[in-house]
Amino acid sequence: MGTGRARARIRVRIRVEGIVQGVGFRPHVHSLARALGLSGWVGNDDRGVFIEAEGEPGDVARFQEDLRDQAPPLAAIHRVTATAIPACGDRGFRIAASRGGTRRFTFVPPDVATCDDCLAELFDPADRRHRHPFVNCTNCGPRFTVIRDLPYDRLATTMAGFAMCGECEREYLDPSGRRFHAQPICCPACGPVLRLLDGGLRGEGSPAHGPDAGRPGHGHASAPGLCARNGSYAHGPDLRTRNGSHLRGPDPRTPDGDGSHPGRPGAGPDGGADPIAAAVEVLRAGGVLAVKGLGGYHLAVDATDEEATRTLRSRKHREDRPFAVMVPDLSAARALCELDAEGERLLTGPQRPIVLLPRRPGAAVAGAVAPGDRRLGLMLPYTPIHHLLAAELARPYVLTSGNLSDEPIAHRDGDALSRLAGVADAFLTHDRPIHVRADDSVLLTVRGRTVPLRRSRGYAPEPLRLSPPARRAVLACGAELKSTFCLARQGHAFVSPHIGDLENYETLRSFTEGIEHLRHLLGITPALVAHDLHPEYLSTKYALDLEVPGSVELTGVQHHHAHIASCLADNQETGPVIGVAFDGLGYGTDGTIWGGEFLVADLVGFTRAGRLAPVPMPGGAAAIRQPWRMAASHLRAAYGDTLPGDLPVRARHGSRWDEVVAVAGAGTNSPLTSSAGRLFDAVAAILGLRDTVTYEGQAAVALEQCADPAEQGAYSASTVTEGSLVTIQAADLVRAVVEDTRAGAAPALVAARFHNGLAASAARVCARLGEDTGLGTVALSGGVFQNRLLLERLVAALRLRGLRVLTHRAVPPNDGGISFGQAAVAAARDTL
Amino acid sequence: LAHGAGGKATHTLIEAVFLEAFRNPMLEPLEDGAVADGLAFTTDAFVVTPLFFPGGDIGDLAVNGTVNDLAMCGARPRYLSAGFILEEGFPVADLRRVAASMAEAARAAGVWIVTGDTKVVERGKADGCYVTTSGIGTLDRPVRLSAASARPGDAVIVSGPIGEHGITVMLARGELDIEADLRSDTAPLNTLVDVLLDACGGADGDGSGDGGAVRCLRDATRGGVATVVNEIAEASRVAVVLDEDAVPVRPAVRGACELLGIDPLYVACEGRMVAVVAGDSADAALAALRSHPLGSEAAVIGRINDDPPGLVLLRTSFGGTRIVDLLVGDPLPRIC
Ligand SMILES: [Fe+3]
Ligand SMILES: [Mg+2]
Ligand SMILES: [Zn+2]
Ligand SMILES: [Zn+2]
Repeated sequence: MGTGRARARIRVRIRVEGIVQGVGFRPHVHSLARALGLSGWVGNDDRGVFIEAEGEPGDVARFQEDLRDQAPPLAAIHRVTATAIPACGDRGFRIAASRGGTRRFTFVPPDVATCDDCLAELFDPADRRHRHPFVNCTNCGPRFTVIRDLPYDRLATTMAGFAMCGECEREYLDPSGRRFHAQPICCPACGPVLRLLDGGLRGEGSPAHGPDAGRPGHGHASAPGLCARNGSYAHGPDLRTRNGSHLRGPDPRTPDGDGSHPGRPGAGPDGGADPIAAAVEVLRAGGVLAVKGLGGYHLAVDATDEEATRTLRSRKHREDRPFAVMVPDLSAARALCELDAEGERLLTGPQRPIVLLPRRPGAAVAGAVAPGDRRLGLMLPYTPIHHLLAAELARPYVLTSGNLSDEPIAHRDGDALSRLAGVADAFLTHDRPIHVRADDSVLLTVRGRTVPLRRSRGYAPEPLRLSPPARRAVLACGAELKSTFCLARQGHAFVSPHIGDLENYETLRSFTEGIEHLRHLLGITPALVAHDLHPEYLSTKYALDLEVPGSVELTGVQHHHAHIASCLADNQETGPVIGVAFDGLGYGTDGTIWGGEFLVADLVGFTRAGRLAPVPMPGGAAAIRQPWRMAASHLRAAYGDTLPGDLPVRARHGSRWDEVVAVAGAGTNSPLTSSAGRLFDAVAAILGLRDTVTYEGQAAVALEQCADPAEQGAYSASTVTEGSLVTIQAADLVRAVVEDTRAGAAPALVAARFHNGLAASAARVCARLGEDTGLGTVALSGGVFQNRLLLERLVAALRLRGLRVLTHRAVPPNDGGISFGQAAVAAARDTL
Repeated sequence: LAHGAGGKATHTLIEAVFLEAFRNPMLEPLEDGAVADGLAFTTDAFVVTPLFFPGGDIGDLAVNGTVNDLAMCGARPRYLSAGFILEEGFPVADLRRVAASMAEAARAAGVWIVTGDTKVVERGKADGCYVTTSGIGTLDRPVRLSAASARPGDAVIVSGPIGEHGITVMLARGELDIEADLRSDTAPLNTLVDVLLDACGGADGDGSGDGGAVRCLRDATRGGVATVVNEIAEASRVAVVLDEDAVPVRPAVRGACELLGIDPLYVACEGRMVAVVAGDSADAALAALRSHPLGSEAAVIGRINDDPPGLVLLRTSFGGTRIVDLLVGDPLPRIC
């Protein structure tokens, strides 16, 4: 090599930021560099990926272009910066060791469904990972739920306790392979062990028990567990983990450490059986199977088995709320539901959410799976365990979160085994700990567009763009139900996975611990803390408790402003817009409860420009659980003393009706609300669809499902204007519902005309506000916009009036999106 | 739960304004009464609408309230003062009725009303009649009961069915047009406390644990049992874990609470107390309380745990664990 050529070489130091760890980025860089004959290295640190590359100027330039343009499928590059440094004449391109550090500017990758390559290995009898329940690679597998710390390295994950075998180590170190630095790499020889444990429900009248049920010689306490590192054979008597610690059984007193391992000491071998086959036997026999998934335990039953599904409902104390169903593949999904291209794309995407789809008439699932719902929540397998189960069972199975009623999903082994002991007949579990809880995500499609209902596993904590960026770091504490929190730094907002209802202590702990964990991972120390205005939200109280003088600055964000801000930020806009926030309830600035609001809003602030006419909620929260109370209140507002006595909703409640009307009249524990959600409740009760609910939104869903989408008729509602506040007279709609029903109109038509009427009224108010303010864009948010019919009608009506419409894309319109909206508001206010 | 729900958020007006202004070691614990030099001293103002309700009126409420605050300190109530603020035009007959029931209540509790004051304000400046009572009791026992003395393993006992007073008064306002067979539970608790302390002894407050088994007594007035146990959880830095199914609530109260959407745990009582006693004395305490007419339906409703400090948890009938928080204001629905 001549000196002239050596002088021509240049060297650059490149930094790549974004989701670049745990996604096969370094081998990708390695192969790009090799292809161009560059020397240098690539490595991970706590800001992302660092590269030094040296070669001829043209090649180096090409390399930089390729870096930007050809990222691996799971990577998301946010920024590439390069500086020239002196060439040093090194040879070869290598992958350097990870560098730790104190600044944390990297991102945490979400979990990824098993990729096609791994799937092929899983079902290839010749592959060494044939039926290995933990097969994964740099393109797939657990991430967020196993990461304890960053940078993303095996030792910082819950795989730290598993020593790689020689063959896995070779793959791990081979830059040309799919498993180069695949942190959770393992195989049947060295990975976690899958096993089936008896749930201990024997003799309690359950239809099926563990596979060892009834086998002589096994008392409850010594019931054997089946185990295998490979789904195709039983592993024998060794019930120790890789690192030699004894496995522990479902003992409620077992300390619930992250590293605890399920199992039973001294359990004997169970020759020949394999845990997957045995688990499938449990399902086939109508039993309830607990399955350890990515973000927690699920409960499974055969979805075609009515009896088993009912058993699961009663044991879980879940009366009506629909269960999600896992189907083996797309063709099985098509057999149950109508699928469009968007639905297929979502079902098969690497996030593998639950997709709510229109159910085919006569779809072969038990009625108890989703009672009274014309839709079905489907998902495809996303872990090798799910794939093995699905392949063996060859039937759809219910897969619902492993918890009782309102508790958070169980994710630690000891906790799951004790909490689900009365629910599951058997546990399909393993000894790879789950570090972070993550529920399944839920999406809906509306005319080819996605409406997220719950953004969790597979999506969180991938950052969302924040514009304007946060000048100082933000923590947004969210709402109360469907709670999430959000951490924001500069242009990135990290929304937590779905957490749940904070009133439950386990959930509140999940919230506070989740904040600490993500704060630590991301290295974010919030200077601004955003919270709801509701004084009784536990998230508000949490925020107020953080305010030690001089520590953080608090900023209160009105609930519906946060909804509209979340929709703005979701569309990377800053407003001002006309915001329509229709939801259940949120604390208003006047101390009443809002929920049918028209705001003129930007990210910084808002004015309330319109609302639905407020009515009392007789008995406060009782009126949420009992929609007929809202019917009583709305009918009282619409008719006063002239309400027809023979109205069925009234007749159904006898003397209780008058008592509730009196409570509303006296105002005792009856806060005023302008809520749209409560109006839906009232109409659902008037139509006789639901008098009481067992989960939030149930009556509104029933009303939507009842409505005939072909019906174009609409009730009309007048408006009154006091000062600058427009009020839609909900009483007009209520009277129309009553009179139409009394005239003999079918509920399907009444429900549709109500939807259409509310949409038309809302569109009219928006148009008027548009004229008054000169604004041409409307943002729609709030839980009521999970209602597909209302959303479609309102979007169409607004467009017809020449208004531009913003709807949600990445975060849900319900309260799961509140934290993101709060963060956007806090960041925008901080730029003032 | 580094910060716990509650804490700063639940700083009350009292702490923000009065504790700040008056700060001294006797006020600091914010117990029902102050204790020093062998005496207990307390004061309470009474406003209630309506003034007369089934089972009582503002008069016996005012006497019993102060008697009970003294009793909760482990003191023997002795002397009361009474102050009246009357709205111009308040009927003399009503005033006589109030006075008579105060006299009767004092007799029943064994205390003397020894001094007083009366002011009349213009019509509209007050709502009929307000009564303030202060009381002095003597500490005849070597006990020092405190909300800060609860310890893990202790039992939480309530002396009888809860919520009767609050619901009775609410219904007596007549706006709801609801018939219910309910009477206020207003009653003097001093003899009930005597029975309990005679049986189990009271803590001596030095934290050594060598005193009696009764750690803390609180009458569950404003804010009900939920508020009292929250104060105990906060002051003792312990968790209070209540068992929903164990809380005694009469069917009529439960029915009215259901109609009104109110959690009985937050409804005021005027003749019920919460006792925290050492776990191994729970049976003895319960037996003692039940031997007294006012404690015949006493029940163990929960226990003290070490974690999570400062919080009250309710094990629900479903097996869930709900947080029973101190309310900042009126209960408002939190569901979206
Ligand atoms: Fe909301
Ligand atoms: Mg008092
Ligand atoms: Zn893979
Ligand atoms: Zn291996």
